[in-house]
Amino acid sequence: MTGAKTRVPAVEGWFTTDADGPALLGSRCRSCGTYAFPRQTFFCGNPGCEGTEFDDVPLSRRGTVWSYTDARYTPPAPYVAADPYVPFCIAAVELAEEKMVVMGQMVPEVTVDDLAVGTEVELVVDVLYEDDDHQYLVWKWRPVAGSGGSGA
Amino acid sequence: MPDDRDVAVLGVGMHPWGKWGRNFVEYGLAAARAALADAGVSWTDIQFVSGADTIRNGYPGFISGATFSQALGWSGARVSSAYAACASGATAIAAARAQILAGLCDVALVVGADTTPKGFFAPVGGERKDDPDWLRFHLLGATNPTYFALYARRRMELFGATEDDFAAVKVKNARAGAANPNARYRQEVSVEEVLASPMVADPLRLLEICATSDGGAALVLSSMDFARRHGRSAAPVTIPAVSTVTPRFPQTVIEMPNFATDSAVAVGAVDGPAFRRSIAFAAYEEAGIGPEDVDVAEVYDLSSALELDWYEDVGLCKEGEAERLLRDGDTALGGRIPVNPSGGLSSFGEAIPAQAIAQVCELVWQLRGQAAGRQVEGARVGVTANQGLFGHGSSVIVTG
Repeated sequence: MTGAKTRVPAVEGWFTTDADGPALLGSRCRSCGTYAFPRQTFFCGNPGCEGTEFDDVPLSRRGTVWSYTDARYTPPAPYVAADPYVPFCIAAVELAEEKMVVMGQMVPEVTVDDLAVGTEVELVVDVLYEDDDHQYLVWKWRPVAGSGGSGA
Repeated sequence: MPDDRDVAVLGVGMHPWGKWGRNFVEYGLAAARAALADAGVSWTDIQFVSGADTIRNGYPGFISGATFSQALGWSGARVSSAYAACASGATAIAAARAQILAGLCDVALVVGADTTPKGFFAPVGGERKDDPDWLRFHLLGATNPTYFALYARRRMELFGATEDDFAAVKVKNARAGAANPNARYRQEVSVEEVLASPMVADPLRLLEICATSDGGAALVLSSMDFARRHGRSAAPVTIPAVSTVTPRFPQTVIEMPNFATDSAVAVGAVDGPAFRRSIAFAAYEEAGIGPEDVDVAEVYDLSSALELDWYEDVGLCKEGEAERLLRDGDTALGGRIPVNPSGGLSSFGEAIPAQAIAQVCELVWQLRGQAAGRQVEGARVGVTANQGLFGHGSSVIVTG
């Protein structure tokens, strides 16, 4: 009865769950504009900047695949794997506006054959694992239909 | 090369790599005793002990310098314990070298050893939701091979590397490792066998990803003056440079265990080489040499594909040319510039704090002409390269 389960983020404050457009939640330095993910609250990574104030900002919802792989064997704890285990893909995705690369799992139905460097993907929120009462959510990437791979 | 930055390597020693699950101190002790015997220096003459820490063996691993000193018998020597993930060994070497060059001690012992669990490395236990190393397993299921595979796939798409190339690296290293009595895996393999091994993280297969191993390695380092007075050789192998550089902002290649790279919005691309390339080049600059002077290299082949990245990053060829170097046989034993004549991580598996020290042990044996069965003839200059989680560079130049 998955419909009855409460949906909660697997980690607090890393992404928004708006039904019409979930986004990763990053930070942007008020002094130099440098982005960070996960959010940075007390230093700016730019060595030429001593900024201490940051705005929380949603990051670009679309990007292009920098590289990709899959996980054929069950990752060790603290990963919570389904039983039986189903392999999944992981991609590192370039965000043009933020000029950074962010990792994420791909949505379950994608295989490496669907992906290429440069494939356009968009962010979705999906179930990472569940227990009796909850579905724990995480961000994942999904190919944009018609871009590079087969789409999903 | 400026002699005033040289330290002498009086002795090297290793405990063979394997998977026994015994106390890591036992491996470190055996390696230390072997290095002391090789140097002809007695333990009680050692003035400074530099331990490379292990974080998977409880408290004794966190203060490994003291742990090894106690096992050798408290002698009153000064001590340091250093953790820098895969670069721990180089950091321990750097600490000992700095003591010697500063004139604070004449002769030092560097030791690293580890006992590893089976299977994928997992983060240290407990629920730690502010630790990216814990979170990358929890939120992404991203193991170490995940990151190795991202680099491998990008190499295939950018430079035309093939699965056969990655397998050929394994074949080359297995052949060298078969001749190394300290290696854990001592069987040659064929390209077909590599390609028949199970896929772990596409495009990397089981035989192309380094195992986790037990092992220990040690060095006895001294001032050049001490070497002249007490050394066994009139011209000992020397270390003229140790690089422990950090990345420069923005670090735009995704690095284990991070979720994201730096953002290049504010400052654009870094002015100069990317991190991995900066590691060995900082060592070359300190030694006053260039990659064209290198006869032999030991690089951190966490995967067979990553060895190809290192060819370029230590300057053996230009970006995109590593496959040609491999296919031409240049990096095999007997080739123009052999890489990983020890057999590399491919044949050893990774005993984290011992590994960067073991790289130096191999180069010392090579430069002394003592690497029977895998000798690089006439080698005079060697370079090691390695990188520790979170941004610890590790490169050592060895000359003889």
